[in-house]
Amino acid sequence: MNSAHKAGPAKIAARPDNFHLWRSRKDQLASKVIGLGGFVVIAAVLLILFYLLYVVTPLFLPAKISQTSLNSGADWLKNDTVFLSLEEQQQVAFRITQKGSAEFFSLDGLNLIESAEIGKAGQNVAVAAADQSYSGLVAVAFEDGRVSLLGNHYSTDFSAGIELRKIIPTLDYPYGTAQRELMPGGGITGLALSDSETELVLAAAGSGGRVRLEVNLKQENFLSGEVSLESSVKTLDVDFEIAAITISNDHRWLYLGDESGRIHFVSISTMQEVQTVQVSDTAITSMSMLLGGISVLAGDANGYVTQLFPVRDGDNQYSLEVIRRFEGQGATVTRIIPEQRRKGFMTVDADDNLAIYHSTAGRMVLSEKLSGQPSALALAPRASGLLVLYSNSPAEFMDIDNEHPEVSFASLWSKVWYENYYEPEYVWQSSASSNEFEPKFSLTPLAFGTLKAALYAMLFALPLALMGAAYTAYFMSPALRRMVKPAIEIMAALPTVILGFLAGLWFAPFLEENLAGVLSMMLVIPAGLLLFAWFWTRASQRTRGLVKEGWEPVLLLPVLVVLGFVSIEFVGPLQDLFFEGDLRTWLSREAGISYDQRNAMVVGCAMGFAVIPTIFSIAEDAIYGVPKSLSDGSLALGATPWQTLVRVILPTASPGMFSAVMIGLGRAVGETMIVLMATGNTPIMDWNLFEGMRTLAANIAVEMPESAMNSSHYRILFLAALVLFMFTFVVNTVAELIRQRLREKYSSL
Amino acid sequence: MKALAKWIADGTPWVWLNAAAVSASILLVAGLLILIGVRGMAHFWPLEVQKIVYQQVDGSELILAGQIREEEKVTASRLRESGLEVAQGSEFVTRYLLKTGNRDLMGQDFRWILEPSIISTGKPQSMVVFEREEWGVFIGMLIGVRQAGQLLEDADVWGSFQTRLDHANELRDEIRDLEKSRIGSVNYRLERLRLKQRGLEIKGKDDAASLAEIESDRTRLQKEYETLEQELGELYTRLRSDAVIVTTVDGQELELPMSSIVNAHRPNQMSLAGKFGHFFHNVWKFIADDPREANTEGGIFPAIFGTVLMVLLMSVFVTPLGVVAAVYLKEYARQGLFTRFIRIAVNNLAGVPSIVYGVFGLGFFVYTLGGSLDRLFYPEALPAPTFGTGGLLWASLTLALLTLPVVIVSTEEGLSRIPRSIREGSLALGATQWETLWRTVLPMASPGIMTGLILAVARAAGEVAPLMLVGVVKLAPALPLDGNAPFLHLDRKFMHLGFHIYDVGFQSPNVEAARPLVYATALLLVVVIVLLNLVAIQVRNRLSERYRGLES
Repeated sequence: MNSAHKAGPAKIAARPDNFHLWRSRKDQLASKVIGLGGFVVIAAVLLILFYLLYVVTPLFLPAKISQTSLNSGADWLKNDTVFLSLEEQQQVAFRITQKGSAEFFSLDGLNLIESAEIGKAGQNVAVAAADQSYSGLVAVAFEDGRVSLLGNHYSTDFSAGIELRKIIPTLDYPYGTAQRELMPGGGITGLALSDSETELVLAAAGSGGRVRLEVNLKQENFLSGEVSLESSVKTLDVDFEIAAITISNDHRWLYLGDESGRIHFVSISTMQEVQTVQVSDTAITSMSMLLGGISVLAGDANGYVTQLFPVRDGDNQYSLEVIRRFEGQGATVTRIIPEQRRKGFMTVDADDNLAIYHSTAGRMVLSEKLSGQPSALALAPRASGLLVLYSNSPAEFMDIDNEHPEVSFASLWSKVWYENYYEPEYVWQSSASSNEFEPKFSLTPLAFGTLKAALYAMLFALPLALMGAAYTAYFMSPALRRMVKPAIEIMAALPTVILGFLAGLWFAPFLEENLAGVLSMMLVIPAGLLLFAWFWTRASQRTRGLVKEGWEPVLLLPVLVVLGFVSIEFVGPLQDLFFEGDLRTWLSREAGISYDQRNAMVVGCAMGFAVIPTIFSIAEDAIYGVPKSLSDGSLALGATPWQTLVRVILPTASPGMFSAVMIGLGRAVGETMIVLMATGNTPIMDWNLFEGMRTLAANIAVEMPESAMNSSHYRILFLAALVLFMFTFVVNTVAELIRQRLREKYSSL
Repeated sequence: MKALAKWIADGTPWVWLNAAAVSASILLVAGLLILIGVRGMAHFWPLEVQKIVYQQVDGSELILAGQIREEEKVTASRLRESGLEVAQGSEFVTRYLLKTGNRDLMGQDFRWILEPSIISTGKPQSMVVFEREEWGVFIGMLIGVRQAGQLLEDADVWGSFQTRLDHANELRDEIRDLEKSRIGSVNYRLERLRLKQRGLEIKGKDDAASLAEIESDRTRLQKEYETLEQELGELYTRLRSDAVIVTTVDGQELELPMSSIVNAHRPNQMSLAGKFGHFFHNVWKFIADDPREANTEGGIFPAIFGTVLMVLLMSVFVTPLGVVAAVYLKEYARQGLFTRFIRIAVNNLAGVPSIVYGVFGLGFFVYTLGGSLDRLFYPEALPAPTFGTGGLLWASLTLALLTLPVVIVSTEEGLSRIPRSIREGSLALGATQWETLWRTVLPMASPGIMTGLILAVARAAGEVAPLMLVGVVKLAPALPLDGNAPFLHLDRKFMHLGFHIYDVGFQSPNVEAARPLVYATALLLVVVIVLLNLVAIQVRNRLSERYRGLES
């Protein structure tokens, strides 16, 4: 027909010429439009693939950082900054100077907005520390050992319109202006502050191994809502110089770093050292808590950062464990700056390298050479900007583009040791109520669940579908075949939501009640069938004549019903004898196999039901298509029909049957509703037939609607969709190629 | 024995097992259809109300009235485990699931009762089942009817109740009409005015004249609204003035406002014909009514409507695209590597899991396209999304993409059945290729196209997973098609039968009460889909017969 369309329209004399012109124009137009239609289909396939890729790619793009030098004229900023912080919109910064003034200044032009003196005249600031839960509270320790608590807050003024919004900073003293005498005699070298709903804890380290803790219990007045503090001071003196000090956010643990590379793990309630952990063979130079205040990060003189957190053992005892190590560039870590919204952090080393890490992903995201050793640094709350002050060069602002640091190959597919876990595990837990939650994005349990569901479905579907296909194609009478094929096609058309609903609400409770009966079917039915078949063959000619050859399935229908009924009603109750009453309780007691109502067996049966027609109809086509001459030859040589089927027909059709299985597998892997409704959707990794799973597809359906656009979670769900797409793409392409091959082979035979 | 050995050696047992596999598959399909059919139908059948005197665990007697919904045998040991006392010597105990209704009084709709504890049963003729707007059904006896506070002195209490109920139902219809269409329309226009004003503000054209015009429109609408509100208030007062006095089976007397009663019947007095009548009445109510009580009662009309409308829209998108693509593949493209590639791509498209289409639809259609449309054309509604959220349009486009392969494959099949001689004949007579296609090939292939479309519709009607991401909701406040211009609201969210099954069956607060309704919904969906498929199979068979003669 391709050559045919080249024949031009014949001239018909009775019509005017422009009519023919119009006809040929129309013809050309049609070709173009139809050609376009063909491309649209290709485009649609490619669009799906590329759109998924487009959304997923940013997960794996490296982070970027770009520097801008701020107004070089602002020399007033160069010196004596003890503490620096940045507000969320990255417009206003706050600093505390050594002389004891608190200053707000705008990043645009580095102009001073507001300043206040926080100490008494002549009082110099030694160190300052921000609250570890980033409430805006700052503790300032003076050289004389007194500490002042102040808060910096920001509000936004929209009166000039959204575009011209103005940030208004305020400085306040939420716990009063009075200074606290934390370290009599002065000499504070390290300070940590942690404020929670119920307690405010200040920890200070002083020269000569002195540790002072002020624990303030909060008491709220019910009438005025005013908070008053009830303080108590705890002291500890150690025989080493304290290089760094931090406390956990739950106020149970105190961490002290020393100059010989050890971290001392101290219980705050007893003020006793519980454990000492050697994390480095050089000095600890910097320490900080990761967001959430569970993990402590310790930097050493070799440039390594070590993450540790307390792990609870079986006896409820805590021990501090080294979780992972981050390699630096060899120079002393001078600062560790944790991110305020994610489990990431930044380091600066003595060679002026800035490095960004992510703890869960266990990787360095980015490193960059700074233009000198910074005198102060502040990371914006969203970790998208960094303000750096130098003592001898102009201040710099860095835009950080680091959207998805938590995603790495390892964090998606390998075991990860998450905070509060006993050991490294595969966990999928994408969201929680709190900001400080460590998202757990391991796709392994989901991929495992997908395979588990597909495997059990195939176990159920394959025997039925392939054996059924072989019979239908080879033995069945044509009249019956014309009825069976549409019935199976209808089976394929049943919406999966209905299968899932029946599986979850009807079959799962049924199976729970009749587990022994259903399991016994696997024995009773084949045995009973063969017995029946044997007696049937021995029956009289007249009885056998009732059912024509090729109609056996009709004969077997009532037999199956009876056998099924016998299994449930009579064999099932025998469990009382063998399993002391109930198979389920016996299983969990004797074999330790737990039983969920909605489990892999329910899914296997329901999803098996869904894939039977797919496999059946493709396999049946393949077997039916085997040329008749082959089987005729085999039969003529004296082989029985079964021998012909197994030795001649099936080997010829096996590629087609293989492709049927592949396509069925593709369908089982991507099926959503059945798994969603027939399992508990818990992402566990266990081959147990009687426990549930969560599959990639069901996970997408559950979590996609509530994931924020372009967040890491959103992109990871797209990645899951891409994995499904690629898997089915490969499987289907292979199956299709095999099928096309087979078709050519048949036509040549 | 020798015969048996030979029988096995021949492989005949295997043939029987293979035959059994076919029987098992057929049995599974049939069993499933029968299960859904029986359970679905049962939802509509008026069950008789049993009055049961029941002995409780503590020995006291309890009088219950209800419909027996399920009956099952449980092992005595399991009951003993759960703390119930069962007489020794009995292996199994029959227990019944009794739908007692009266959730407002008893705290639950259903309870299991054990057969040995039943002291006596009966079927009093006077038992009435009241369907209510809330709290599920009420099962009890009718004592009297109060009209406007006055107890009616009528011998035929049931008769006067029926008249007052009809009256109440008329009022309710009026109220629904008023609330849904007229007040709904005023609200819709008010919202449009607000958006218009915001739009003018954004464009900087909010001069005094246009603002004053908007303001006058608004006052007019507000006045209209107030009149309607008043009218509504009057209707409600009239509706609430009637009440019925009823007693529960254990003699507790209470008054139900007529406004809370939707329907009532006396199953124990019904003849078989009466029961059938009630059955069909229930079926009709199920199809035509709105859902009540968080979807667990009432009808599923909005879900049917949403499904049909979405499928129709999808057909509008998928038919031309699918047919054009198939025609290109079969009639225009040079057969070779490229077409082979496309065919594989189309086949792959058919194998891609539906949830992936949902993800694509959400990301591409909803967020990317919809988000851009909102910024370009609906800035006045922002930050509330118009097209930047799931809706009818995106759902039908997503499903169109999903069903595209079905239409392409089926159309191609239709085209390839047309003998070459027909095309050659047409071309030889001087027709252009387009004319050949349009006048002879496509009309002959139309059954193939129809088959494809029907299969696509059947697939789309049953698909749920992608829809959950692109615009289906459990309860849509308004239908996507109504009397307010532009009548078809492509941006609205809608309800869908398949999702309804998932939602009511698995997310509903009262799964036990909702289960019969889920079966009924499933039955409806299965019937529609099976019918569509049977039609498709018939069309295909016709097609192959028609052209069999032409092939040589």
